[in-house]
Amino acid sequence: MEKFAALVDALVYTRSRNGKLQLIADYLRSTPDPDRGWALAALTEGLSFPAVKPGPIRNLMMERVDPVLFALSRDFVGDTAETVSLLWPAPDTDGKTPPTVSEAVDLLRHMTRNSVMRELPDLLDRLHPEGRYALLKLATGAMRVGISARLAKTAFAQAFEVSVEDVEEYWHALAPPYADLFAWAAEGADPPDTSDRPLFRPFMLAHPLEDTVLDLDDYVAEWKWDGIRVQVVHAGGETRLYSRTGDDVTGSFPEMSDALDLPAVLDGELLVRGAHQGGEAGGAASFNALQQRLGRKTVSKTMLAEFPAFVRLYDVLLLEGEDLRDLPWHERRGRLEALMPRLPSNRFDLSPVVDADHFGDLAEIRASARDDAIEGLMLKRRDSPYVAGRRTGLWYKWKRDPLLVDCVLMYAQRGSGKRSSFYSDYTFGCWDGDPDGGAELLPVGKAYFGFTDEELRELDRYVRNHTVNRFGPVRETDKSLVFEVAFDSVHESKRHKSGLAMRFPRISRIRWDKPAHEADRIEALRALVRD
Amino acid sequence: MIADFAWIRPEPHGIHVVPADCWIDPSQAVANALVTHGHADHARGGHGRTVATPETLAIMELRYQTREGALPVRYGETIRLPGEVDVTYVPAGHVLGSAQIVLEHAGERVVVTGDYKRRPDPTCPPFEVVPCDVFITEATFGLPVFCHPPIETEIAKLLKARADHLDRCVLVGAYALGKAQRLIAELRRAGHHDVIWLHGAMERMCRLYEEWGVGLGELRLVTDATKDELRGAIVVCPPSALNDRWSRRLPDPITAMASGWMRVRQRARQRNVELPLVISDHADWGELTRTIEEVNPSESWITHGREEALLRWCQLHQRRARALALVGYEDEDD
Ligand SMILES: [Zn+2]
Ligand SMILES: [Zn+2]
Repeated sequence: MEKFAALVDALVYTRSRNGKLQLIADYLRSTPDPDRGWALAALTEGLSFPAVKPGPIRNLMMERVDPVLFALSRDFVGDTAETVSLLWPAPDTDGKTPPTVSEAVDLLRHMTRNSVMRELPDLLDRLHPEGRYALLKLATGAMRVGISARLAKTAFAQAFEVSVEDVEEYWHALAPPYADLFAWAAEGADPPDTSDRPLFRPFMLAHPLEDTVLDLDDYVAEWKWDGIRVQVVHAGGETRLYSRTGDDVTGSFPEMSDALDLPAVLDGELLVRGAHQGGEAGGAASFNALQQRLGRKTVSKTMLAEFPAFVRLYDVLLLEGEDLRDLPWHERRGRLEALMPRLPSNRFDLSPVVDADHFGDLAEIRASARDDAIEGLMLKRRDSPYVAGRRTGLWYKWKRDPLLVDCVLMYAQRGSGKRSSFYSDYTFGCWDGDPDGGAELLPVGKAYFGFTDEELRELDRYVRNHTVNRFGPVRETDKSLVFEVAFDSVHESKRHKSGLAMRFPRISRIRWDKPAHEADRIEALRALVRD
Repeated sequence: MIADFAWIRPEPHGIHVVPADCWIDPSQAVANALVTHGHADHARGGHGRTVATPETLAIMELRYQTREGALPVRYGETIRLPGEVDVTYVPAGHVLGSAQIVLEHAGERVVVTGDYKRRPDPTCPPFEVVPCDVFITEATFGLPVFCHPPIETEIAKLLKARADHLDRCVLVGAYALGKAQRLIAELRRAGHHDVIWLHGAMERMCRLYEEWGVGLGELRLVTDATKDELRGAIVVCPPSALNDRWSRRLPDPITAMASGWMRVRQRARQRNVELPLVISDHADWGELTRTIEEVNPSESWITHGREEALLRWCQLHQRRARALALVGYEDEDD
């Protein structure tokens, strides 16, 4: 437990992604089973122990410290587990040995509502403050050390020099403490058996096309839809919907949970039907409508009726016990087309192939796509297998040209990690009327990339020399610098005072030359709203 | 019958010793000031006369460029002020020259701790317990969550971070008066005899400490170093310089900070600190409460920090206490 506690604290204080990866990888390599598996579970999805809740923990503390002193301490520290870890009285006997992570997990699992009041103190008495903190965080399932599942998987792959795609695939097949996963990665055992479980398979991803010209004899074009890339999996009588990061999002889209009843793994775009028809392909509402459905734990009947979800299919990975991923794209496409009649048409349709004789024609087709629920085009090698991750030369995405507006820098904030000494996060705004007639700037977005290191240094210097106000890590500038901001689309939003929100804004050019009053007005941005 | 100690009166800008018409650590300029130690929130400039230890007066001279009105009092020496008030300066163990001020008048004794700690410190003599009627105590770390670990473990952490990353450097933020010199002296005590590099703002105070007999080993300025010289080095700067442009000249520094606040994770994260070192020149909760027990006053007056919790502790232990509302004290980066 002490080693795990040291890891947790190191993760709390380490800002850089690489630093975190290295800390986790070192821990996984140097810690025995099953401790490392439990630790991994605690860091990622979190473990849950029904009897060990914040309430009883607070009560235990109140038996040992005056409630007023506890409340004052809790207010200052800002976190109950940390407060308890610091206030817990040092045990009388020093001879107690700290528990291992797996011993702690085992004890926590067997605690009941009654026994927790007796057994948790015994456990806390065996630990130092750092150990108590890690234990309480682990027990209440709230590590909050900034570790995404993806980061943990990458660290695991790095620790044992295996591919992160394999880790991703097997990980989901297993439950903590992942003994088979470690046996495979660390000791070269056979990979875990994944058949008959509705598991996530890593997605195949595309590179941006840039300036490449492709031969349409080798490549096929498909629309890239403006929804959420999902994987629909049916196995062992169960259907699951996974997002690109492997998160199970079935709960937010219950109508999909009985849409598939044959064993398969399908790749497609989750969309909702709405008033906005997507051209000839039809039926898909824009991303903004889909957002109404995202992140909701419970979905109302009205929601289901007003914004029903469906999946527009791109590909098939597994079908009725057969792994199709090594087949060329055109063969998988044939299998997918043949499958369509067996799927319910209100929940699935097929993303059509875009016909074009010459690559040159695609540019026009792509440019005209702006009015549809379409993000751009995909170009896929006709003979490409379905491989996890991004592989050069197989799939390309060709997004619509980004939209551009000129905005004025309003606030700058210090970055994190390597950039923590630079003002690198920028909030910018547009004019709410005629700047010469007393108009004001309203914030429309925030961006922290799109510039070179050299430009960052210049921007940092600029911010420091043009500060009019400071609020903690934020500086307000004198609003004299213009950014050309690129973004994918813009939507109505109640969260911003300007009433607008950009998707994927980035700094496209720094217009040192342009006076601030020549920046765009809110109306110009609003005219680009497409929903 | 309980005395009301009417001759000593807490006012918003300091503690007024009425019969002598002088003020302890006043937050504005007065005719007669008694100063406990050199930190800026205690030792302001511009007083007509300033009574303090010779070390504290030297620190004030360094900061305010004047000795006008300075009246030195050595530890243990008693002087008589007008109005028949006797004043004795007793070590507080906080920083070089820091003192508790013991006031005696009409058979009553009042002790003002200023800032203090009970842990050993190679840069100043240790705190002495003086029994009294009224004990006016600081409460900077007046919450039971504060328990400063032994300084040896924190110094060991620092030396380990350095040894593990000899291609980088460890940049330690430390308060320029007291904390920095104690940190350096403790590093020397732990056997670290390499050059320690300083931010320019540290130099004069370190030199002053050395003039007063506190050996700090070889110190050099970062501005005189090449990037390669700083690899594997320990660099000390004021906390405000930690995330400043200044630190860009250093080779991939590990950011550390030496402060009692580092006990709380959120505080360390706010400062972007990678290596928090819980090193404080103030009494922690255990020391604050133990000291009240040992001094055993008939009343405790609590100021300078989190008065509420210490007041609660006094109530729970049937001790008379009150919180003073003095202005001008800050949470030093301590
Ligand atoms: Zn002080
Ligand atoms: Zn102070």
